[in-house]
Amino acid sequence: MIINGVQIDDTFAEAFNMRATRVIITAQNLKWAYHAANATTGFATSVIGCGVEAGIERELSPEETPDGRPGVAILMFAMGSAVLMKQLETRLGQCVLTCPTSAAFSGIEGPQDSVTRINLGKNLRYFGDGFQISKQFGGKRYWRLPVMDGEFLTEESTGMVRAIGGGNFLVLAESQPQALNACEAAIEAMRRLHNVIMPFPGGVVRSGSKVGSKYKALFASTNDAFCPTLKGLTKTELTPDIESVMEIVIDGLTETDIRNATRVGITAICELGAKNGIKRISAGNYGGKLGQFQFHLHAIMRENSI
Amino acid sequence: MSALTFTLKIAPKQPIDCSSLTPDVLVDKSADAIAAMELNNGKQKLRVDTVFDISGKDSDNVVFKNSCNRLDFIGCRMSSGRVTVHGDTGAYLGLQMRGGEVIVNGNTEAFTASGLSGGMIHILGNVGDFVGAAIAGDKKGMAGGVVIITGNAGDRAGDQMRRGILLIEGNAGSYCGSRMLAGTIGVLGTVDSYIGYGMRRGTLLLTRTPALHATIQDCGSHTLPFLSLMFKSFAMLPTRFADINKNRVRRYAGDLANDGKGEILILE
Repeated sequence: MIINGVQIDDTFAEAFNMRATRVIITAQNLKWAYHAANATTGFATSVIGCGVEAGIERELSPEETPDGRPGVAILMFAMGSAVLMKQLETRLGQCVLTCPTSAAFSGIEGPQDSVTRINLGKNLRYFGDGFQISKQFGGKRYWRLPVMDGEFLTEESTGMVRAIGGGNFLVLAESQPQALNACEAAIEAMRRLHNVIMPFPGGVVRSGSKVGSKYKALFASTNDAFCPTLKGLTKTELTPDIESVMEIVIDGLTETDIRNATRVGITAICELGAKNGIKRISAGNYGGKLGQFQFHLHAIMRENSI
Repeated sequence: MSALTFTLKIAPKQPIDCSSLTPDVLVDKSADAIAAMELNNGKQKLRVDTVFDISGKDSDNVVFKNSCNRLDFIGCRMSSGRVTVHGDTGAYLGLQMRGGEVIVNGNTEAFTASGLSGGMIHILGNVGDFVGAAIAGDKKGMAGGVVIITGNAGDRAGDQMRRGILLIEGNAGSYCGSRMLAGTIGVLGTVDSYIGYGMRRGTLLLTRTPALHATIQDCGSHTLPFLSLMFKSFAMLPTRFADINKNRVRRYAGDLANDGKGEILILE
């Protein structure tokens, strides 16, 4: 399959069961909602070292938020529910509670058989030292914490759902700047979609890994088959014209969300095409042995757009 | 199916206990069985068909016509369905109700909505003393649900209230929210003295500053974000509180005499 001179490898991305939650963060204006959200989703690029993968899903207009103020929605993914719950409470307390004018609300609702309620402000209330106030209306419970800037309002819980992490595709280019330019275009297009985040810095990861290492202590190491400076030295997946490879990793709430995001990203890159140095699109997998999901690039590119 | 309708045909001197005339109790009962049910009236029992003319079949939709203030315990312990009253009712309307809806086109007496834990009670008239309050001997008042009163409330509205929402569109008497433990009481009209007496927690929402006793203290003017959410949540309720669009209030806290951290908010 070749699109605008870019070869789409006949391969698949291998992805995993995860748990995810969404939180709506509002503030006096978007600038401060972003400050809170950036702090909350910072240092959350990979579950390997950060516990969670998190990112800003999208901006919300005042009409879309519970309190009628500007806000953003963030998504957070983890391998297990315990980690997700703990990280959510910690990040909320350190990054949202502390941010001026912020408020936090549940971002996922649904029936008990598909959505588990997890703590949002439930334990933060103790910061109020006895002065905290609970309010229940509209079928929800909120906590009001007296803080120096006024009052911090948060919902008691948010929803946690089963989700998918590790959807990905690799961008193989003739130069580093061209690989980056292509990935930027992909991320810009993908950011318009709901239900997905691309957790790495700027949405792009330059240091894709493989399972295993010559060092007993490491369980992952650089994916040498895709490292361009090792083309002559290792069992390479690269052709001589490839000078740089970057990867976009996608975490999403459903398979359809990841498929759509993959397609949107690859399409944006193919629009730049071979004349902008993009030679191939590939994907990372473990031979289908580890993950519960497989995202086959050809099938995805043949699907109709959302 | 037409509503199961009870039209009062006598003028009782003593209160009649109508607690068994709810959708929960009447469901699947035949017309004969309903007519034969007995209601306490003082020290005697009266057959339902002695007190009321009965018509209709839908026990999920019970209607009282020609009601008067001698009909006590209407809607008692209801968990679903709807009860509509045309006329006044007696005391203990909606006692310990758990769900469903009670609508009264008239006034009610004391202890309306006492022990309420869910559902909605709408009084298009005035209520007596102790609305939403604990009955004598109980330590906690209404625990949930919504009460909307288009007229006035008597004294001790929400006494020992434990949660839930009590909205009074008219005036309230003295000791409004006394010994309140949690929940929200709103009053669009005036309140008499000793509002929040012995309050521990909970929110009293007013439109004008009342006379406040010494242990209710001023915390200044504030913009409180939760008010926007709360008024938005009233949008589906038949109340003028849904039209309020403010979140700036003067906050008074207390009752300090009871170590209370409740609040009286006066919309600015």
